[in-house]
Amino acid sequence: MSDTYYNPKDLKKFEDVGEFGPELAEKFFDYYGAVFEEGALSAREKALIALAVSHTVQCPYCIDAYTSESLEKGASEEQMMEAVHVASAIRGGSSLVHGVQMMNKTKDLSM
Amino acid sequence: MKSLKTLNHNLSDPAYQLHVLNNHSESLRQQPKFEEKLKDINLFPLRPTGIEIFQVNLGYMCNMTCKHCHVDAGPDRTEVMSKETLQHCLEALRHSDISTVDLTGGAPEMNPHFRWFLEEVSELGKDVIVRSNLTILTTAPKYQALPEFFAEHQVEVTCSLPFYNKSRTDRQRGEGTYDRSIKALKKLNDIGYGKEETELELNLVYNPAGAFLPGGQEGLENEFKRQLARKHDITFNNLFTITNLPISRYLNFLLESGNLDEYMDKLITSFNPAAAKGVMCRNTISVGWDGTLYDCDFNQMLEMPVEEDAPRHISEWNESELNSREIRINQHCFGCTAGAGSSCGGATT
Ligand code: SF4
Ligand code: SF4
Repeated sequence: MSDTYYNPKDLKKFEDVGEFGPELAEKFFDYYGAVFEEGALSAREKALIALAVSHTVQCPYCIDAYTSESLEKGASEEQMMEAVHVASAIRGGSSLVHGVQMMNKTKDLSM
Repeated sequence: MKSLKTLNHNLSDPAYQLHVLNNHSESLRQQPKFEEKLKDINLFPLRPTGIEIFQVNLGYMCNMTCKHCHVDAGPDRTEVMSKETLQHCLEALRHSDISTVDLTGGAPEMNPHFRWFLEEVSELGKDVIVRSNLTILTTAPKYQALPEFFAEHQVEVTCSLPFYNKSRTDRQRGEGTYDRSIKALKKLNDIGYGKEETELELNLVYNPAGAFLPGGQEGLENEFKRQLARKHDITFNNLFTITNLPISRYLNFLLESGNLDEYMDKLITSFNPAAAKGVMCRNTISVGWDGTLYDCDFNQMLEMPVEEDAPRHISEWNESELNSREIRINQHCFGCTAGAGSSCGGATT
């Protein structure tokens, strides 16, 4: 048992998650593969979206994987940082926009 | 920056490089050998499919010292191909149907016999490719005049540009490289290179500025075209993506940055049988600055000449014997077979 919850080497074991349930894992990986194929969005754009989302879900495995993937697909440092800011803006904004609910409720309760 | 050779660095010894690739860590010792991978797909021993490209390394002298250089080239390197050896090359070409002559270095333009040799080769009716680092075309007046000379002889110009932005390009190839490269590209465009209406072919070579693989060639080409047109109004024909092979200065980078194990692992797990079938050593011969014959430019830098039974020097040229040789391989070869494959002409699959 490792001393930390996250071990960089575990990223490579992702494909082994089928060990405890191959059918669903296979379905997932088929879907996953199809999602990242070149489509209406380029593979580079998809890598940048994945990079942004991985910061939102704060998954170190995904940050590791999609940093490499974005570099491989030819994204620049500026583009990668902008993607992270998009994630941050949405994260921050989504908290802030709930301030409206707080304000509504406050007004409802106030004299 | 000085070359590893001038620094007397232990990685300037090719035998040591091969030792590192095979034994540096437990992980490297446990990796499958390239030979085994070829055996698995019935491709061992690896043999030529027939020489189509005659690659001449005109010398290791270069005006730059890029961090990833597999040649360990630089202004401090003095190895330059002599006129006598160049004459042997012409003799070999005269008696061969080889269609393409690929001039490389270092900076091939810095060889004092460069113009003469190029003229002789094009008179033989061969297609000529010059591998230019671009910045050389912005230095002394004699180099600045080369684009017109290239156009006159319908030479294909294949230039390195690691990235479409300044920071990443300069980090790999030295401060000021990007601006000078853009200047040279504009000049080439101005005289008709890379334009649809001319036959003057201008290709760019992309190689990753770090320990990662090149992504899809087509996607990168589109992005380079878009960005270079948008920022500088530059056009070009094709982008060739090349994987960095773990030798010489790039190997030094991998070791110093602690990326060697992971990079080798990535190359090996991305082994692609289709790419293995199309490795460039199967249709290319590489002539070293002193006339020694190699299976490829990488084997040249690792001082692995063609196998003993084959003619080993350009003065002993015998094409049919060379065509039946066994290609020499080692762990660096995984760089040619990862993913979409890598060769001087880009992806191979
Ligand atoms: S990579 Fe090319 S331009 Fe850079 S030092 Fe090596 S030979 Fe010269
Ligand atoms: S490194 Fe040279 S010998 Fe090895 S596969 Fe590549 S081209 Fe062939």
